[in-house]
Amino acid sequence: MSTQKDRAPVAAGSGLNDDIGEQKRLDLYRSQVRLREAEQRAFDLFLQNLVKGTSHLSLGQEAIASGFAEAMVKGDLSFCTYRGHAHTLARGVPVEKVLGELMQRDNGLMRGKGGSMHLTSEEHGVMGSYAIIGAHLPIACGAAWRAQYKGDKDVSVCFFGDGTTNIGAFHEALNFAAVWKLPVIFVCENNLYMEYTPIGDVTAVQHPAADRASAYGLERIVIDGNDADEVYRTAQKAYAKARAGEGPSLIEAMTYRHSGHSRADPAKYRPEGELEKWKERDPIKIYRERLKQFGVSDETIDAIHADVMKEVDDATEACKAAPNPPLDILTTDVYADGGWAWRN
Amino acid sequence: MAEITYRDAVARGIAQEMARDPDVVFLGEDVAKAGGVFKATVGLYEQFGPLRVRDTPISEQAILGAAMGAAMTGLKPIAEIMFSDFFAVCFDYIANEFPKSRYMSNGQTKCPLVVRTGNGAGSRFGAQHSQSVENWCMMIPGLKVVAPSTPLDVIGLLAAAVRDPDPVIFLEHKSLYATKGEVPDGEILDTLGTAKIVRPGKDCTIVALALMVSRALAAAETLKNEHGIDAEVIDVRSLVPLDTRTILASVAKTNRLFTVEENPRLCGWGAEIVSIVADEAFYDLDGPPVRITTPHIPLPAADLLEDIVLPTPERIVDTVRRSLGS
Repeated sequence: MSTQKDRAPVAAGSGLNDDIGEQKRLDLYRSQVRLREAEQRAFDLFLQNLVKGTSHLSLGQEAIASGFAEAMVKGDLSFCTYRGHAHTLARGVPVEKVLGELMQRDNGLMRGKGGSMHLTSEEHGVMGSYAIIGAHLPIACGAAWRAQYKGDKDVSVCFFGDGTTNIGAFHEALNFAAVWKLPVIFVCENNLYMEYTPIGDVTAVQHPAADRASAYGLERIVIDGNDADEVYRTAQKAYAKARAGEGPSLIEAMTYRHSGHSRADPAKYRPEGELEKWKERDPIKIYRERLKQFGVSDETIDAIHADVMKEVDDATEACKAAPNPPLDILTTDVYADGGWAWRN
Repeated sequence: MAEITYRDAVARGIAQEMARDPDVVFLGEDVAKAGGVFKATVGLYEQFGPLRVRDTPISEQAILGAAMGAAMTGLKPIAEIMFSDFFAVCFDYIANEFPKSRYMSNGQTKCPLVVRTGNGAGSRFGAQHSQSVENWCMMIPGLKVVAPSTPLDVIGLLAAAVRDPDPVIFLEHKSLYATKGEVPDGEILDTLGTAKIVRPGKDCTIVALALMVSRALAAAETLKNEHGIDAEVIDVRSLVPLDTRTILASVAKTNRLFTVEENPRLCGWGAEIVSIVADEAFYDLDGPPVRITTPHIPLPAADLLEDIVLPTPERIVDTVRRSLGS
């Protein structure tokens, strides 16, 4: 699997590649394909009414989740949004655990107690998916404060959409992180739409995250979020800066979501041709071409697809066979004693 | 044993816990170098240094969010929100994040933190700096809610809150900061979820919290001396967990219940206690439970007006006396 975080980095110039190296490129490709196929399956399962509630897909945005996750080391922490399936999977959480939660089965990551918008797997460094816009930026600051205070070397990475840049917590967190020089990375996935509204219609600047960076003394960084190599290199640089005690980074990664905002949204507000134009820049298509430029065989690439499909198919079958959560978990884990008692 | 103020008890309680556990850290607006706007945290910065006692910008969401992230990953933060009215600007953390993360994650996420805040009326600050917001917190599953009335309880309950594995809202009453009480030397540790009978009696039970405890006690003295009514006064101390046993046992003995609340009338904590007693001790009661509250209005600033709306010993005496028909 592409998600083994403690693998030794491939030395520059090894194999047939450059600073990234062949093995890491294959990992980046496998990761993106895995996120794509798992989420495509989730979409198919809602059409069959097997995924309940809402669901927010990252189809088309995979290079950001994969690029940042592949540049992390074990112990680094991810803070995700309600659009968090991709970021959760990218840290190595099994597809079955994620689909199980979306299908609200007992084999789900949180046994159906959290749902699609709250995927959490602390053992993989996934410190929660937050459904209140902006809430997790200050929380990521707190995790980074702990690292700074204890001298731990982990970095906290906080992913969010372009719409988040207009809520107060975004600005509070950036100022706080900059003043305290915290080892935290803020990653804005600018997919051009705040839910149903073009972000440009409701934002005073062209780049909703990057154009605010100077207000907090931070570098203005805009990258191609559909190019996993660019994302990976940007992430490595930001992590190194954070680990060196040089403070936070704010990165705006340009991308596009292929589906609507959520399950309920057919995305009819998009101008004709826009989706098709962005599909030409599909991150997986771009990366497959790159692998071929570097001499990776079709056979190797096809084997990655086959492996991923097997994981997704097996996960689907396991989830369909899994029982519903038992009623006795209704009142567990409200308080730290495991129960829900509020009185004697 | 020494007599200290409620204000100094706050600093002593925090210092006791910071000295005990290096994972205890403290953040808030003006709390470090300035020692707090109520001077309740004087000396902590000097004693524990800038890494553990940190001034923040005026960013209540950042304060509570950072406390949560630190708590999730191994620290035991104490966060100060200067006035409890400001909970309204960071309520996402209090209502959505602290109390639900453990449940939603099926037990993976921990959140051992304390939010201290200046609560309550009496300072003539008007409607946005005087509220009693304990009921805003009590209604949320996953939180614990504590409001001490004496310097001794400040230290003991703060220590218990810091050592508790759940998020605890710790409401200090602004009008009590200058009050004094006897406090023993050495470590002080109390237990959350325990009410205290602060005056035993046999004719009725008066349940009070924070500033209202001393008023209930003053009323009980008058009731005894002038009207021959022997009231039992209970300091609830902890709204969640709620020590219903102590309250129900008292009502079983006195057969009458009064609550004294600083909250505005609707959905004040006393309503929950009255509801529990009505459900579980109805046949112990010799008359209707009575709530003594502030009226359902925003708090006025003028001293004359503010003094009228808060429950006073006189109003408590009058209400109890009429209700008991003496």
